Amino acid sequence: MTDGSSPDLASGTVHPGPSRPGADELVQLVDPHGVRHPHGHYDALVADVDGPALQKLYEDMVVVRRIDAEATALQRQGELALWPPLLGQEAAQIGSGRALRSDDFVFSSYRENAVAYCRGVDLADILRVWRGNASSGWDPYTINMATPQVIIGAQTLHATGYAMGILNDGADAVAVTYFGDGATSQGDVNEAMVFAASYQAPVVFFCQNNHWAISEPVGLQAHVPIARRAPGFGIPSVRVDGNDVLACLAVTREALARARSGGGPTFIEAVTYRMGPHTTADDPTRYRDANELEDWAARDPLARLATLLDSLGLLDADYTDSVKATADAVAAELREGCLSMPEPAPSDVFRHVYSAPNSWLDRQQDHYERYLASFGPDGGTPQEGRR
Amino acid sequence: MTTTASAPTTVKEFRLPDLGEGLTESEIVQWHVAEGDTVELNQIIADVETAKAVVELPSPYAGVVVRLHEAAGTTVDVGAPIVSFEVAGESGEPGASGAPHAVPPSAADEPAENRPAPARREPNLVGYGAALEKGGRPQRRTRVLPGVVSMPVTVPTVRVPAERPRSTPPVRKLARDLGIPLDGLTGTGPGSLITRTDVLAALAGTAGSAGSAATPSTVLAGGPSAVPSPDPSRGTRSPAGQTRTPIKGVRKHTAAAMVASAFTAPHVTEFLTIDVTPTVELLAELKQGRALEGTRITPLAVVAKAVCIAVARNPTLNSSWDEQAQEIVQYADVNLGIAAATPRGLLVPNIKAAQSLALVDLARALGALAETARAGKTPPADLTGGTLSITNIGVFGIDAGTPILNPGEAAILAVGAIRSMPWEYQGAVALRSVLTLSLSFDHRLVDGEQGSRFLADVGTILRNPAMVLAMV
Repeated sequence: MTDGSSPDLASGTVHPGPSRPGADELVQLVDPHGVRHPHGHYDALVADVDGPALQKLYEDMVVVRRIDAEATALQRQGELALWPPLLGQEAAQIGSGRALRSDDFVFSSYRENAVAYCRGVDLADILRVWRGNASSGWDPYTINMATPQVIIGAQTLHATGYAMGILNDGADAVAVTYFGDGATSQGDVNEAMVFAASYQAPVVFFCQNNHWAISEPVGLQAHVPIARRAPGFGIPSVRVDGNDVLACLAVTREALARARSGGGPTFIEAVTYRMGPHTTADDPTRYRDANELEDWAARDPLARLATLLDSLGLLDADYTDSVKATADAVAAELREGCLSMPEPAPSDVFRHVYSAPNSWLDRQQDHYERYLASFGPDGGTPQEGRR
Repeated sequence: MTTTASAPTTVKEFRLPDLGEGLTESEIVQWHVAEGDTVELNQIIADVETAKAVVELPSPYAGVVVRLHEAAGTTVDVGAPIVSFEVAGESGEPGASGAPHAVPPSAADEPAENRPAPARREPNLVGYGAALEKGGRPQRRTRVLPGVVSMPVTVPTVRVPAERPRSTPPVRKLARDLGIPLDGLTGTGPGSLITRTDVLAALAGTAGSAGSAATPSTVLAGGPSAVPSPDPSRGTRSPAGQTRTPIKGVRKHTAAAMVASAFTAPHVTEFLTIDVTPTVELLAELKQGRALEGTRITPLAVVAKAVCIAVARNPTLNSSWDEQAQEIVQYADVNLGIAAATPRGLLVPNIKAAQSLALVDLARALGALAETARAGKTPPADLTGGTLSITNIGVFGIDAGTPILNPGEAAILAVGAIRSMPWEYQGAVALRSVLTLSLSFDHRLVDGEQGSRFLADVGTILRNPAMVLAMV
């Protein structure tokens, strides 16, 4: 969403950090027609991305789109209570997710299932919470990704705090936090940016501007590009075409390198589009113009990379078949993992509250178990049973 | 999928899930499959409308559709079975399959719904909440006191009072009036609901000969012999050449809005018939002019402009009655609604801040509005926030009417057809272009004086557009 006005019109300030002319401009390496454009600054950052690497990025996007479709179907089939689709945001998540090192730590919202996929999450673990099966899907330290935050923007504080910890440890890892355009209006996000700038903490603020905060268009909360907010906090920012996986990879790599070398935080605005509903309980046609979706479908992140691969002769039938087979296998694994998930026991509610034994909680658990046992071995089915 | 005699298959029932968060029912809008169809996993089998959205339902199984439990157009409770599939493989959990042919068909091989109630906790599908217990109120679970040995005691079977037959209040009354007990009837409606037809069919039965029973005057549709078979199509054939179409969508919304408006706002309608020949001449002149190249200025555009000018002089017409707040809301902007017949039905999209638009811009906005509406692409924002409306009944060749207010608005102007009529002109009878305006207004907000002045102002402009010079 470029507004056509010159940068810094509103603030008159100079962006700190490496400033480039026209900071409102989107960094784009592959245009919507699948044409690769050279870029004076960012080409160097993706010089290592050869044909096979591009193919891998494409496969990643196809697979996560398939994961998303399968999970949506599972919700419609009554197997999940809710699902937040990421359709349209694959490039922003895969491009940034594949830039990370395993010792970096991700603090995301609930829509970053493609990032979780990059981190190597067990597929069924993505669904655990949405099935109502557990309070959180995985042990954050196994994949260095916190369980998704549902409270809008709260994870930015967690990331900044973690990044301050990295400083104390003297490590060169980076905390990366994902949030949406709507979250930038939250106090938490603003506080996180204040602290990140003050401490020059190694944190990357990755904002996916998907244009809709549920039913509120981004223009309601930001009259200028969202990336312009960060310089006000003393944080350099960049706007990137969020549907261009290569550009997302490049800008994220730059931000990570800055953080690792003591350059402090970076704010990335990935301009993308939520092509589906906010969640499976939402109907975007009630508030969104049908034409807008058409416009963005023409900028689809998968289609443009497929066109590029095709033009490079890298999209032959063998390759597309193998991608499809991978996606099918992942979808089948996801479904099987969802349907075969063991039901939690009633007393599981007492687990994961404290890391060490807690006598008060143990007593509560004991009472609760004895209470349940009082219903007898049949587990308390109503006397007349079911029909 | 071919099912050979030896290939083990299982019938799986798919119950309507909670498709939103906390929904209790949804309507099956359309089936995409029929009984006997083979479906793939995740193939779209139906469109379902919840209170929140119309969504597509993907098949949870690969197999053959053996039964559609509910017809399209039916509202179904969450948790009720809607479709049954025959799928390959044994019933039961993975790993539980063992020598399927060695044992005679046992309870375990039967579909779940035929099995006796298992004496254990039944897992609910996610989002269903606790399984509802029959009987209408929560049943306490039996508590076993510690120390008391639980043993099978032959308790005299307590007859749980059967649920009363499912029907609707008007049908219950009809049955009561006719002296027909509902207990003995089998419902043919959705979810075995006893319908009016069922009651009348029973009456016919008790009277002995079909069709000859003296039907009471309360009977509305058809003779007693008419027992409609459930028709999966949306409009249901009724006897005597009637077609019954469920009330829904824009039609339902329009009806609710019209009823709400007609019975909350006391409507007054005034008529004004005027000679608009000067306006017609002005339009012809504008057509020649170069300034408006490409834009067609219609009589409606002139009326719209006249309304905006007249509103500025009579602002109460552009206000709203807020019953809840006990306040009158006066709007600064005229968000001018234009009633439009669209493929979806009657819609009233509005032009925001119409008073700020010059005539040519207004004409363009009207053109765009109509085009968007006809294409069915009216954005939701255009349908809310209207403050005053115009309905162009002239396009149908109609002269006048008593329009009903768009709910929440203080006035609506119906514009009739422009006709060549003998009319008094400069002391003689001449053939002139004549038009009737019909203005309905909310008499809570607008007195006769204000309404009349407004209508007269609009008339003055159309009668002589140059009069605008004296009005703005």
